[in-house]
Amino acid sequence: MASKPRTLYEKIWDAHVVERHDDGTCLVYIDRHLVHEVTSPQAFEALRLAGRKVRRPDLTLAVPDHNLPTTARTDEAGRRLPIEDQQSAAQLAALERNAPSFGIHYIDAVAPEQGIVHVVGPEQGFSLPGTTIVCGDSHTAAHGGIGALAFGIGTSEVEHVLATQTLLLRPSKTMEVRVEGALGPGVTPKDLILHIIGVIGTAGGTGHVIEYRGEVFERMSVEGRLTVCNMSIEGGARAGLIAPDDTIFAYLKGRPYSPTGEAWEKAIDWWRSLATDDGARFDKSVVIDASEIEPTVSWGTSPEDVVPIGGKVPAPESFADQAKKDAARKSLDYMGLEPGTPMESVPIENIFIGSCTNSRIEDLRAAAAVLKGRTKAENVRWAIAVPGSGLVKRQAEEEGLDRIFTDAGFEWREPGCSACLAMNPDKVPAGERCASTSNRNFVGRQGPGARTHLLSPAMAAAAAVTGHLTDVRKLMGT
Amino acid sequence: MKQVSTIHGRAIPLGLKNVDTDVIIPAHWLKTVSREGLGRGAFETIRQAPGNPFDVEDFANAPILIAGDNFGCGSSREHAAWAMLDMGLTAVIAPSFSDIFSGNAFKNGILAVELPQDQVDRLLEVAKDHAITIDLENQVVTTPFQDRFAFDIDPFRKHCLTNGLDEIGLTLERDAVIEEHETERAAGLPWLDASRKNRREHA
Ligand code: SF4
Repeated sequence: MASKPRTLYEKIWDAHVVERHDDGTCLVYIDRHLVHEVTSPQAFEALRLAGRKVRRPDLTLAVPDHNLPTTARTDEAGRRLPIEDQQSAAQLAALERNAPSFGIHYIDAVAPEQGIVHVVGPEQGFSLPGTTIVCGDSHTAAHGGIGALAFGIGTSEVEHVLATQTLLLRPSKTMEVRVEGALGPGVTPKDLILHIIGVIGTAGGTGHVIEYRGEVFERMSVEGRLTVCNMSIEGGARAGLIAPDDTIFAYLKGRPYSPTGEAWEKAIDWWRSLATDDGARFDKSVVIDASEIEPTVSWGTSPEDVVPIGGKVPAPESFADQAKKDAARKSLDYMGLEPGTPMESVPIENIFIGSCTNSRIEDLRAAAAVLKGRTKAENVRWAIAVPGSGLVKRQAEEEGLDRIFTDAGFEWREPGCSACLAMNPDKVPAGERCASTSNRNFVGRQGPGARTHLLSPAMAAAAAVTGHLTDVRKLMGT
Repeated sequence: MKQVSTIHGRAIPLGLKNVDTDVIIPAHWLKTVSREGLGRGAFETIRQAPGNPFDVEDFANAPILIAGDNFGCGSSREHAAWAMLDMGLTAVIAPSFSDIFSGNAFKNGILAVELPQDQVDRLLEVAKDHAITIDLENQVVTTPFQDRFAFDIDPFRKHCLTNGLDEIGLTLERDAVIEEHETERAAGLPWLDASRKNRREHA
């Protein structure tokens, strides 16, 4: 067993199998469980009804994010402001009640550490390499960026983990996405992952766990790795992984939940041993040439609908299979786009910089670098920058980034999921376009009838300045 | 969980590919603390179009849905399964399902049946005017026209579905092995448990 070369995924998996059933299903131990307000109330309710306890509240962390309005949360006297939407308020109140009553550490809506659950996890050192991490949210895949096996689960599974700290799972197949060469100037991790999804398709990784390999990732910041792994789910894979290395260790050192002293040294030794062995076999392998990638934008209503910014809206007939032709026709109809239109001539009325994909400090810096000394175009009706957490927000303010955003005509908001999904007051009006740094361009995702173009923070800033989708490289280095 | 054996009835011939979870149940319906009543929001965007298959009278209360590739892709929201149950659906037939959705469906007693595209196409045709039958015991989908399409299902899932077993109850019975794993884990990788002690209480 020990002699067979194994992948990073297989090593983490093997270390967490509690018991293997004859049919291949495994009972798998879960090291870290993140909980937010939307997918947990029914799980807590079911536990209560069955008289069950949370097995390991110490391995569980709860924080509200999806529903919270991103406007001020306290008045001048520091009193919490009520949440207008009654249903949102009820869901948030349920988490605030449930977490402490089951002994779970709860970061409340006004705590300085509050933020989007996938930003908070790594930031607190709660998400660690080599661990299994779950959350009732598909973008849990993000935590794979620090070298954890992290994936989204449904509410019944949330309940299962709360009650037993395990899940019944079947091993996934392994897929390698190897990126060769280096990214060009102005091409970011977001462009890379959009490009990868364009290549493999939204079902390309179904049944697989992706490991991203190649020098590009070794050189990539922690933020960039989280961005890439975040969108693994858009490529159909339940999880994405990047081998943990010194960049990750330096990032995690000294964080509130990170191990310390001797335990830290031990942990690093183990983390290093997790890298995929030479000669390990992947079930599927895709090779991508980084030098070919340009800043990338989406044109349709599926994350695989992407083109380089210099490209044009494709014609539905240009796709090989009939289902894709039909889907493209529907997409273009929804998006209000004509085939053959140059992407750079698509006007934009709304800009959203935020979400668990692109709301970390590096993302805000990249957008601010483009916005500095510039203002948003007149046709841009609404532009918001939403930091991923209170700590990101504070750091950005220390660096003066908030001023750059507000001077450019952006609103500077409180942390949360915001306009990534239409669950809180931040919505894009029907028929209007939004250049968005989030991860999904599904029909109605940012509000009924809203038209989403996915892109990087720098590209979103460029669109804000010119009022249409724009190759950010034209605004760089001037 | 309810026991599942044979599902017989009309099947909504949707046929659409990549039906994502925002289509099954839009985000604004997720603001609930209960599992009930989500059927009203199910497939809301599709149902806005006149003549959509959901609102054809023949398909009222149909127990089966037939869709295209990659059904249930997108978010992990179990509300998708709850919404489908609430509108009376207990089975979906498609060429492929997203991993998370098929797990959620199973945990709520919804049978997700994978069949090759040509067989799905045939069922889409038949479903327009006739009922179809899914026989879980024998793992076969049949039509009134002698079609017999065999399907695979994970034996554990089949066992749970046919006997109406609760997965959490089953796992709780494995408490001893879980505890053993925790002891080993604490000895070998002690920092995994250290989080509580190391945690700085926030200001
Ligand atoms: S930011 Fe968007 S994708 Fe991320 S957790 Fe929130 S809603 Fe989900």
